[in-house]
Amino acid sequence: MCTYLTETVAVDGSGKGAGGWFTLTQASVYVDHPQHAPFGHTVNIDFANPGQGPAARVAVELTEEAALALVAAIQTALASAPAGLASAAA
Amino acid sequence: MNDAIQAETTTIPGAGGDQIEAYYARPLDPQPRGGVVVIHHLPGYDAPTKEMVRTFAVNGFAAICPNLYHRDAPGASPDDAAAFVRGQGGVPDERLVGDVGAAAAFLRAQPSSNQKIGVIGHCSGGRQSVLSACDLPEGTLNAAVDCYGAFVLSSPPESSPMKATSLREKLPRLSCPLLGLFGGDDQYPSPAEVDELEKELTALGKTFEFHSYEGAGHAFFSVNRPAYRPEAAMDGWSRIFAFYGQHLGA
Repeated sequence: MCTYLTETVAVDGSGKGAGGWFTLTQASVYVDHPQHAPFGHTVNIDFANPGQGPAARVAVELTEEAALALVAAIQTALASAPAGLASAAA
Repeated sequence: MNDAIQAETTTIPGAGGDQIEAYYARPLDPQPRGGVVVIHHLPGYDAPTKEMVRTFAVNGFAAICPNLYHRDAPGASPDDAAAFVRGQGGVPDERLVGDVGAAAAFLRAQPSSNQKIGVIGHCSGGRQSVLSACDLPEGTLNAAVDCYGAFVLSSPPESSPMKATSLREKLPRLSCPLLGLFGGDDQYPSPAEVDELEKELTALGKTFEFHSYEGAGHAFFSVNRPAYRPEAAMDGWSRIFAFYGQHLGA
C-alpha cells in the first residue's frame, strides 16, 4: 500500500550524492514502496537539500529489521562517545 | 498491416501554458484512432510507465504521458523527482487536471485522432484519473480507468503531507464511463472503500465497471516490483483494451 506518510526532520551535516558532497538540510523518512530494494515495502530515508535541487539527495531503502538495527547502532555509537562530542554546539 | 510505432520524448503546453516534457507513442498506420492520456504513478515518470505508453501504441492507440514533475524537477531522474515532489505534498489537483486536459487536447489535434480520448492512472494516478473525469469539461474525456487509486472517497490522514482530498463531492460530475481495477488485498484503497465507491456511482446512475482481484494487492500491474501479479495484470490489461475498444473506437 502507499502510506503517503512522511516524517521530515531538519538536519545539520553533509551527505555524498551522485554529484559529490553537499550540505544536508533535511531528512525524510517514510514506509512505502521502494524504487530499488526487492521488497514490497521498505523504510525509505532521503537525506536531502531541496534548495540545491532534486538531485541533492542520498537515498536508502531498508527493511524494517535493518532500519531498527540502524537506529540501535546510532544510539550505541553515540553512547560510546563522550556526550556532546558530535553536537552542533561542540 | 503496418504495426510500426513511434515513441519519443516531446514537449507539450501543459496547465497554464507551461511547456512540459511528455512521452508520446503512436502507431504509424494513419487510420483514425483513439488516444489515451497516461497519468504516471507517485514514484514518477519512470521506465515502466513509458512501457505502458508504448503498449497502448502497439495496441492501436495514440498515447501520451505528461511528466507531472517537470516543473518541480526538470531534468531530474524519476526517483529524485518523485522524492522531491513527495516532500512538497504531491502535485496540486488543479495543475494535474490542467495537464491532463492539455494532453488530451494534444492527442485530439493529431491528424489521425478520431476525437475520442481516454485517461488511465495507477496508484495516485488512479485517483487523478477519476479527478480529471470529474473536473474537465464534459466531452474532454470519453473513458477513464482507475487502477487502485487511493483517496477517491477517503482523505489522507491529517498527518499526511499529501494534498490529495476526497473526490466524493465531485463524483456527480463524473463525465464519462469508468473502469476500476483493484486488488483484493490492497488497503489503499481497501475493498470496503471500493464497495462504497461502487454504491456511490450506482446511486448517481454513472456508467462504470469494477473488477477486484483476489491474491493481488496494491500495484499489481508493476512489472518491476514484487507486488506484480501476472494473472491479475494480464486480465486487467485485457479489460482495459476491451473498455477502450468500446468507448474509444472509431
